[in-house]
Amino acid sequence: MSESYGIIASFPDTPSFFHAAEKVRDAGYKKWDTYSSFPVHGMPAAQGQPRSKVPVFTFCGGLFGFTLGTFIVWYMNAFDYPLIIRGQPFFSPVFPFPIMYELTILLSAFGTLGGMFIMNLLPQHYNSLFNSEKFLEVSGDRLVIAIEARDAKYDPEATRRFLEEIGGTDIEEVSA
Amino acid sequence: MDAAQAELLAKVQPAELHEQPLVTNDRDFNWVTDKICRIVETKTPLWWWVCMAVALVTAAFTGFGLVWLVSSGVGVWGLANPINWGWAIVNFVFWIGIGHAGTLISAVLCLLKQGWRTSINRAAEAMTIFAVVCAGIFPLFHVGRVWFAWWLFPIPNSNGIWPQFRSPLEWDVFAVSTYGTVSVLFWYMGMIPDLGVLRDRAVQRLTKNAYEGAGALAKGMDVFRKNLYAIFAMGWRNAGNHWRNYEMAYLILAGISTPLVLSVHTIVSFDFALAVLPGWHTTIFPPYFVAGAIFSGFGMVLTLMLPLRALYGLHDLITQRHIDNMCKICLGTGSIVGYAYIMEFFIAWYGANPYESYAFINRAFGQYWWAYLMMFSCNVFTPQLFWFSAVRKNAALVWVMSIFINVGMWFERFVITVTSLANDFLPSSWGYYSPTMVDILTFFGTFGLFSVLFLLFLRFLPLMPIAEVKFVMPAADPHGHDHGHGHGDVAQGGQGDHQ
Repeated sequence: MSESYGIIASFPDTPSFFHAAEKVRDAGYKKWDTYSSFPVHGMPAAQGQPRSKVPVFTFCGGLFGFTLGTFIVWYMNAFDYPLIIRGQPFFSPVFPFPIMYELTILLSAFGTLGGMFIMNLLPQHYNSLFNSEKFLEVSGDRLVIAIEARDAKYDPEATRRFLEEIGGTDIEEVSA
Repeated sequence: MDAAQAELLAKVQPAELHEQPLVTNDRDFNWVTDKICRIVETKTPLWWWVCMAVALVTAAFTGFGLVWLVSSGVGVWGLANPINWGWAIVNFVFWIGIGHAGTLISAVLCLLKQGWRTSINRAAEAMTIFAVVCAGIFPLFHVGRVWFAWWLFPIPNSNGIWPQFRSPLEWDVFAVSTYGTVSVLFWYMGMIPDLGVLRDRAVQRLTKNAYEGAGALAKGMDVFRKNLYAIFAMGWRNAGNHWRNYEMAYLILAGISTPLVLSVHTIVSFDFALAVLPGWHTTIFPPYFVAGAIFSGFGMVLTLMLPLRALYGLHDLITQRHIDNMCKICLGTGSIVGYAYIMEFFIAWYGANPYESYAFINRAFGQYWWAYLMMFSCNVFTPQLFWFSAVRKNAALVWVMSIFINVGMWFERFVITVTSLANDFLPSSWGYYSPTMVDILTFFGTFGLFSVLFLLFLRFLPLMPIAEVKFVMPAADPHGHDHGHGHGDVAQGGQGDHQ
């Protein structure tokens, strides 16, 4: 086998998968992940992952949208081509509020989707894991934990034994 | 529990109430994946081709009506002074309203952690997007010279003028285009994991190369699927890290879509409420329009999902519990709408404005009494039947009632738009509005357009969010509560509540 990407192990049901993830976390591995076709409740904590950073992108998008909304109304209706309408002021934060509101939501949504892609490092159409037929079964009902070879604690033999100890089956080395 | 309490409980023997499971018949993950994926992976059924042909022919009427309109002018519609907002606005509000149930299901019910939303969520979101497409046609062509419709957007043009942001119609441009865009983003993001599933399944079949007897076409289709779904799945690989960010993004999109959906129909109601016309200038409009929109949207969800459930045999995924809940939402929102109708009358009398009270008496008993009767009977009386569980359990009856709701809600918009314009302050300027054949066929055709889009969705995209359906199954519980019997723990399901 050429260079190794890491070792994958499967687990028979959600509870054993969940507890195995806690054990991998406690064993001190850093470059590893769980794979399941549905989000498992409480898994980020079991994997020792911090809170997602996606809200930061949402906030930036929303702030930009609000500012943009305010700016275009001021620029277009009060600065570039002011028109007297009903004797009212050219600009006020009240009447264009729906514009500011909608643009805040629009750009927060783009920020959120973009943030999800950025934080997940997507699009990334190739990944070594896709070479494993067992890994493709994750889309059905397989529950997989993969520990990557670039982890400092990784050792082909010891990691394989560790995955066996925590209840993993169908253990397979995936080439890079 | 103390001794006396235990004794009492032993004596009373309270019934143990189990929540009905959301996926019945003890199905497993593979069954769910297979059931939903096979809808797009197997041969196109004959009924699909038949429906598609009918839908295309129907949609052609819209195309024909619009070509006629553009080549002749807006005069081919039945609009004439004083009624310059005829069917165009009626149809616009009707279709936009239908869309609202999709966002309600995907956003509001997500925030409320209603696990039952999962199996109807995707189709309802698709319905939202296609309804917005149909809705957009009407104001777009109502502007008259449709080739100048881009002036609605703040884009520099050769006249050097800008949109006027004081107008509720301009707010509508922003609200509806934001609504359409955010709905597409939300729909697409929800679909990414499922597109990954379809991609992986195509790759698995290609690796096994088991196409004997199936021919080169089947293999070619899988190559096509593998590439198409791979592009849009963006390399999703179901990692825990992916899910963590995805769930957060989903929760945020649900959080921002909720104020969005409320704002869209509020702004649509401002189109009317900010005018000084009797019957329009009322503060009850925003909540009343939003409730009506959700009511009509759930009517449409029932109209679409009940036949799909029968055609694809989805009874284990869209259970009686789902139908019950949708009927109850129709009952709730229908009652709000009924309350609004009555309250409008009360305020018209209580407000002691002669024009306002005339507008309402004229609505119910004037020249459009038949439209008012149609609206009132369909929207107020029909949903009241949903109090009875025997009615909710009769799928055919529920389907017929959902059609009544659709019809009733169309008439509501007709009553609001036309009666107020036809008889306003000055009797000398009163009129009577009737649609022309072009109006009727253009509207009729939008049902075809909607069906074409929906049929394409059925054929190429996963009808239900596979991951979300799995998430509410007992087997997805990491603490292993009672495998497969669907006790109360299922009800904790909902998206994105991981923190």
